[in-house]
Parts: sequence; C-alpha cells; structure tokens
Amino acid sequence: MSIHLSVLGIGMLGPGLADWAGGHVLLREPSTWLHAATVVPAPNRLPPTERRRAGAVVKASIVVADQALAASGVDAAALPTVFTSSTGDPANCHILCEALATPGRLVSPTRFTNSVHNAPAGYWHIAAQSRAPSTSLAAFDASFAAGLLEAAVQCAATGAPVLLVACDVPYPEPLHAVRPVADVFAVALVLGPAGAGRQLQVDVTLDAQATACTTTGTTDALEDVRQGIPAARALPLLQALAGVAAAEVVVEGLSGQSLRVGVAAA
Amino acid sequence: MKPLAVSDFTVVSALGHGRAPTLAALQSGRTGLARQDFETATLGSWLGVVTGVDEVQLAPELAAHDCRNNRLAELGLRADGFDQRVREAAQRWGVSRVGVFLGTSTSGILQTEIAYRHRDASTGALPAWLHYATTHNSYSVAGYVRAALGLQGPAHVVSTACSSSAKVFAAAQRMIDAGLVDAAVVGGVDSLCMTTLYGFKSLELVSDDICRPWDAHRAGLSLGEAAAFALVERDSPGAAAWLLGTGETSDGHHMSSPHPEGAGAAAAMRAALAAAGLQPGDIDHLNLHGTGTPGNDAAEDKAVVAVFGTTLPCSSTKGYTGHTLGAAGGVEAAIAMLALQNGFMPAGLNVQTPDPALHTLYLQQPREQRLRTVASNSFGFGGSNASLIFGASAGVAR
Repeated sequence: MSIHLSVLGIGMLGPGLADWAGGHVLLREPSTWLHAATVVPAPNRLPPTERRRAGAVVKASIVVADQALAASGVDAAALPTVFTSSTGDPANCHILCEALATPGRLVSPTRFTNSVHNAPAGYWHIAAQSRAPSTSLAAFDASFAAGLLEAAVQCAATGAPVLLVACDVPYPEPLHAVRPVADVFAVALVLGPAGAGRQLQVDVTLDAQATACTTTGTTDALEDVRQGIPAARALPLLQALAGVAAAEVVVEGLSGQSLRVGVAAA
Repeated sequence: MKPLAVSDFTVVSALGHGRAPTLAALQSGRTGLARQDFETATLGSWLGVVTGVDEVQLAPELAAHDCRNNRLAELGLRADGFDQRVREAAQRWGVSRVGVFLGTSTSGILQTEIAYRHRDASTGALPAWLHYATTHNSYSVAGYVRAALGLQGPAHVVSTACSSSAKVFAAAQRMIDAGLVDAAVVGGVDSLCMTTLYGFKSLELVSDDICRPWDAHRAGLSLGEAAAFALVERDSPGAAAWLLGTGETSDGHHMSSPHPEGAGAAAAMRAALAAAGLQPGDIDHLNLHGTGTPGNDAAEDKAVVAVFGTTLPCSSTKGYTGHTLGAAGGVEAAIAMLALQNGFMPAGLNVQTPDPALHTLYLQQPREQRLRTVASNSFGFGGSNASLIFGASAGVAR
C-alpha cells in the first residue's frame, strides 16, 4: 500500500549541520562534512520569555520547522503538524526527577508544564497562532519512522500539506548512561500530496535492512550520527533528498515495520 | 469518515476491573475516589487508585517492562478477556496487520523517580535495576502491549497530555483507511507518579476537596490512574459500538490554560461532527472533559454552548475516576460506549451548588434513555483538543 507524497520544504539541524541550506551540500558530498557538536540557535519565532523557558527540544524543533516552512511557502497557521521524539526534554526531566528525590519535592510549575511530550507542538502552535490539528508521537528508536508514516497517512487522508518535525536531545547524567543519545538532531519536512515538489513514495516493508548513510571519505562518522540519535535515522532519506538522482532508502522503524521510501529524481 | 467498528473494549480504573463494575458504579453514582496516600506521596488529596496493580506479575520474558504503568496495562489487557479478543483478531488479519496506538502522558516514569532516590552515593549512577527503554520511555507502554499480545503491526504512542488516548482513535482510523492495517488496539494507560502528583500541585490545580466539576465552588481536579483499551477493526460482525467522527485541533493560546472562550475546543467538536456527517442535534449525550478546575470547566462550557446550545445533556465522569490524564480519552470512550450499550447517561458527581455561570445542561441525576450517539471531549496541556463521536450503529437514524 504505497503513499505518494511530495516534499515541499526541508529543515535540518545536527552535528556539523547548521541548517538544510548549507547542510544538504555536505550530505551530498559527505567527505566535506566535519563532525562538530550541534549548536541550537534561539528560534526567532518564540517571544523572548518563552525563548528563555523553552528546552533544547522545543528550540531545535521550532528552528527546523521554520526552515522547512520558509522553503515551502505554506501558511503556518493552517498547517497540521506531527511532532515526534524519543527523548522529549531530557534536561527538564532530569531536574524534575532530582527535585522529586529531595524531601521537599518542590517542583517548578513551569518545568512541570514543559515536561509534556507535546511541549514543542504547543509552543509551535502558540507562536504560529495556529488552531490546526497536531499530534506528538514516540516510538523509541523508530520515532522518526512513526512520525513519517503518521504524516504521510494524514496527508493522504486530507490531501493537504502536513508539517513533520522529529527531534531528539541527549540526556544529562545519570540518565545518559541508561539512554545514550549522542547529540541534538532535528529534521522537519513539509509534506504535500503528490504533485509539485520532489516526489516520495512511502511503503511499509516487513523485512528490510535499514539503509546506512553513504560516505565517500575514510570515516563512517555520519553513520555513527544516524545510529547515535533516534531522529538522525532520517539521514539516509535526507541524503537522498540532497542528491538529484532517483533513490530508494529504507528508514529504520520498529522490527518488521521499516519504511521503504522511494525518492524521485529532482 | 467511514464509520469504524469498535469490536470490543474494556477499562480498569478506580471504579474496578472491567466493564461490569464500571457500569455499576456509573449507574449507582459511586465514586472510586478516596482521600489516600500514594507510594511516598502524602498530600492528603483525593485520588483514584487502581486496586491490585502491585500484585500483577508480567510474563517472565517481559520482565524488563516491569513497572506500575505496564502492570496497569496488563490488568487492562486481562479485563473482560480483551487480550483473547485481540488474539482472535490477529488470527483473522495477521499479526503484521494489527496496529497498536496508545496514549500516555508519563508512561513508566515512576520507575525513574524511584531510581533517583537510589543513586550511587559516589558516582551518582542510577541503580542497575532501572530499565529505561522498557519502562520510563514514552513508547514503553505500546512496546509492552505489542509484545504481550504478539502483534507486529505499526505502533506508536501519542503523548499530547490529557488528549492522548482520544487522539489514538483518530490515528487508528486513518491507518485503517489508508490500508496500512486492518485492525488496531487503541486506548491509553497512565499511572500515578510523583511528577504529576507534585506537578499539578505546583500549578495549584489539585483540589483539597474531592473534585466537583460544574460546581460553583469547584477548586481543582482529583488525579486518578487507568488503563482503557478498544479493538477497532475494518469490519466486525458484532460491533460493540461505532466510531463515527473524530476532531482534533490546537488552541494555539497557552501551554497550561485553555483558550478562555474555548475556541479550539469548539473547533474540535465541530470537526468531529463534520467528519461524522452529523448535525449538533444528532448528538444525544456529551461526556465532558470536565476536570473541575475553574478555568477548564468555564472554557469548555462556552465551547459546548457555542456548538450545541444549552439543551444537550452533558456530564463529566471525572468525579468517578479522577482525572486519569493520558488515559482519560480512552476511559471516557469506554464510558461513552457503555452508555450507548446500556441506554443511560451518567450523572456528574459531587455538584453541591450548580455554577450559575455555566449554561450547559449538566446532569446531576443519571438519565435512562436509548442513545444513538455519544460525544466525548478530551483536552490537554499544550492546547491539544480532541473530540470523538461514538454511535450505537454505523448509521444515525433521524
């Protein structure tokens, strides 16, 4: 059961990848990519008070969403959204757990409010003044695939564009030891029905090996990024989109539920 | 949308395990809430605690999933033979054609909260018994249910705070409509934990008294925990009920307060009616989100009046179960289907002085009446709104 889509806009933020405009050139020619810790900029869309309160998962999600939105030319206020994350806001989680382990158990109301998994979606829709539908998903290491499938299905159901945002952020210690996430990675895709834009074909595939990142240098560090951050499971698809040739990639999903994504030539 | 068959459903809450005790409590006006402590939390507030969770033993091969949330999920799967009903559906459709889409807000985070009390004094490390992936992580409850039932279809958790397990019905409907699955286990599981107990307290949203939705002196919510499951199928020879419409919107207003006029909530109800192809007058009863906080009830009242006027019989069932957060949408979907099957509308509990500022027709006594349709509202932090419409049959007679 194939779902046919088009890609209307792309946003990206990750190690050595500041945005899609510059980053897609590096993905196309991975020997030119240099590993550097992800720098999460403050999103202009958020008012200053919220910029201070928001965690890295909120900031990175909104930064990539704005990149994709600008490229798509779609009106943010009318755009349904699918946010997906394995980790949520790890620093916030750690501070809450620390506070709850003290005798007083004094919890910051702002931290509690920000602990909801849909915090990035909430901040986005407030900033975009959008009452459009929104969902927030989690599927551990398969979170990107789950979000891509949900966004594809929504787009097929409504025939209208959908904004997909995937983002994961490392936990501080001691949680990092039990859930190591290498760095911040965020990706956004504005997906529309088949027509204008780069064409995609999405299928669920029962038994397929996930596509690894293509590398041309002597290092497989980009593949380490893919395996080290759940949201970076999107990298092979982003590499295909960075190129101009037709390609087919398998995006890692749950066991037996990976996604085969055909990318048409640009 | 095409009506979706709900083949079976069950619910485990402070009212009891399964449909029968839930129905009896709703018909007799018995609350499951009690002033009690939970774990090490001695807050003195009213809580809806599920009995028997501590005694649940997971299958040995699923031991890494062991935590309160997954034990509660297991209780839900066993209730009313729901797990057996799913296995029959999996035989019919194939294990890869049955999805698992569940809502939760805090998953098994209680496990990590306890682990933080037992960090290594010198290194700060968490104890070795903490299995993060299969307990704390948001996905873990869907992973547990998928493994426990032997399913291999698409799966995810929806975590949009208190609308989570209403929204999974919409996700499953779309997946079935797209042909990706033929059936799905939907619902929600949320268990009590320190994060929510102390978090809602910090926001001053917890009532010292029992929660009193729609009361003039309502002073906040009472927290609860629950597991609720439904099996939806592409077709079903003997459907328990039908999902007729779903509506999802965002408030785009504030992270923890609803839009004061209930604009996003009203839009969700209108979207559900449009999806069902129904008019407001086709709805026979509405299960309100009705948490009992002053602001939430006031905003929802405005939204309901804007969509349905003042003659639709409504009630909140939070006074029975407490606010079960990420499980609330699933719990109230189950209550909506019990109402359809048994021809009654539950009364809203604990109203002493009806709030003259609220204008919906709020039921203080149960009403016995054959019902064609029941709607259910679920709204959450982050401005996430969902409204569902269930029917006794696939078509609504006018």
